[in-house]
Amino acid sequence: MIEKTTLSRPQDIRVDFQLIAEMVEPGSRVLDIGCAEGTLLSHLVETKNVDGRGIELSQKGVNACVAKGLSVVQGDADQDLVEYPDDAFDYAILSQTLQATHRPAEVMNQLLRVGKKAVVSFPNFAFWRCRAYLALNGRMPMTNALDYAWYETPNIHFCTLHDFTALCESLDIQIEKSVIVKENGDLMKNGSLGFWANLVGAQCIFLLSRTS
Amino acid sequence: MMSDITMAYNTYGILNEDKSNAILVCHALTGDQFAASQQPVTGKEGWWTIMIGPGKVLDTDRYFIVCSNVLGGCMGTTGPKDINPETGKAFGLDFPIITIGDMVRAQSLLQDYLEIPDWFCVIGGSMGGMQVLEWANSYSERCFSAIPIATAAKHSAQNIAFHEVGRQAVMADPNWMGGKYLEHDVKPRAGLAVARMAAHVTYLSESALHRKFGRNLQDREALTFGFDADFQVESYLRYQGINFVDRFDPNSYLYITRAMDYFDIARDHGGSLAKAFEGSQTRFCVVSFSSDWLFPTTESKEVVKALNAAAANVSFVEIETDKGHDAFLLDTPEMLETIGGFLNSTAKSRGLL
Repeated sequence: MIEKTTLSRPQDIRVDFQLIAEMVEPGSRVLDIGCAEGTLLSHLVETKNVDGRGIELSQKGVNACVAKGLSVVQGDADQDLVEYPDDAFDYAILSQTLQATHRPAEVMNQLLRVGKKAVVSFPNFAFWRCRAYLALNGRMPMTNALDYAWYETPNIHFCTLHDFTALCESLDIQIEKSVIVKENGDLMKNGSLGFWANLVGAQCIFLLSRTS
Repeated sequence: MMSDITMAYNTYGILNEDKSNAILVCHALTGDQFAASQQPVTGKEGWWTIMIGPGKVLDTDRYFIVCSNVLGGCMGTTGPKDINPETGKAFGLDFPIITIGDMVRAQSLLQDYLEIPDWFCVIGGSMGGMQVLEWANSYSERCFSAIPIATAAKHSAQNIAFHEVGRQAVMADPNWMGGKYLEHDVKPRAGLAVARMAAHVTYLSESALHRKFGRNLQDREALTFGFDADFQVESYLRYQGINFVDRFDPNSYLYITRAMDYFDIARDHGGSLAKAFEGSQTRFCVVSFSSDWLFPTTESKEVVKALNAAAANVSFVEIETDKGHDAFLLDTPEMLETIGGFLNSTAKSRGLL
């Protein structure tokens, strides 16, 4: 089943959420940007006792969150992060949303301004299936996790694992932890982010901080 | 200084033993305490029956709803048409200038009188929303949650301008008599009707007007090329104006619009709106409407920004609708859904459900 309501997020999101939750200290203040219907945020509130807030673009998503008792504000990463004060949160989380933002570099800077740390997860466009799809079919890749045709996808800024690490370097952002998720669900935790990771990694999750 | 004031209010539902289920409904500029009951002058049903009633969002089977006429109003709470004990005549312009803060202080006295330690929720739209924000500003510990709808933390220049047009219309009417019309047994009907007509346009949106009226003609086949109400929209506005005059006191209109003009929460906190909400434990649900140009979404976002800066618990939604500012009074399903969801989850955390 493909869930269309959470536009920018792949359908099997539980692994992603669990890995993000592992990166978050209990009792911290957390902002989930693009929190959809609040699944991750509720999970963090319940299992990590965080003081959680969210930003979500769709009214349906906000309503679902509000009905769950979550404090969620309608808005988006591109426009509304600037409204938050510096260091307002311990963690700013951007789960499966970076590729849907208009100005990813600016969003990354904002994440690490409002959050002391940031957790960012995204699909790796250099995953071998994407490469093979493009190489063999000559068409824009569509996988289970990326099931939109190019003309209707909300994912306008795909990047690869290496694109992302290069961006972090250019923005003076430090990678504290990394988890690369392979297709079979195997995890590569804090390992090499070299050629192999960029080829077999389907999903990437990073804990980031500002370079001191 | 006024020593004695009368407060007129209505209640719906039953206060529970813990006194934890009370909701204060704050009315807008021309509203009154008849939120969910028949208005005695017009005979019309209450202005918020869409929200208040058994099984509705403000569920009278579950909550104890209080709605009072604002200070300066004309439906029973002390206002400029009441008798000044010092002169034996109606106050008129001797009535002191009032602020939104004064209105809320009066409501807090009512809260004391009803022996309600804290409201489960304070809710209201437009000027009602200003009162909600003022509650959060001045009496945060006495409201568990707050729902400001289609409102702002300050009255904008444009809104002050529209209010000034309305006030000048009232005062330009010869029957206003320098505010002493009651002593002369007249009423500046034309002036107040024009004020209401101009204001009413600001409550709608261009597309709502177009949808409702277009350029349709009123009870005629062709244009008359005169100054009769050829168009339905004219006829509608005239009707709105005339009906308003019967139920509203012209001086009350002056005083209450002025109270809104003076409203500026940030000014009382050295220009920082966030300071007003610092340390607030109140849960907020801020609601705006996409086609509202009187209290546009940007104003609500200013409030949300300040609440975020103060690390308050805040949810915010902008409802897509073409109904304009008046959307909060109308059957706007997304609004009912958002507020209903917020109240349910808040009621759970308060142990009401």
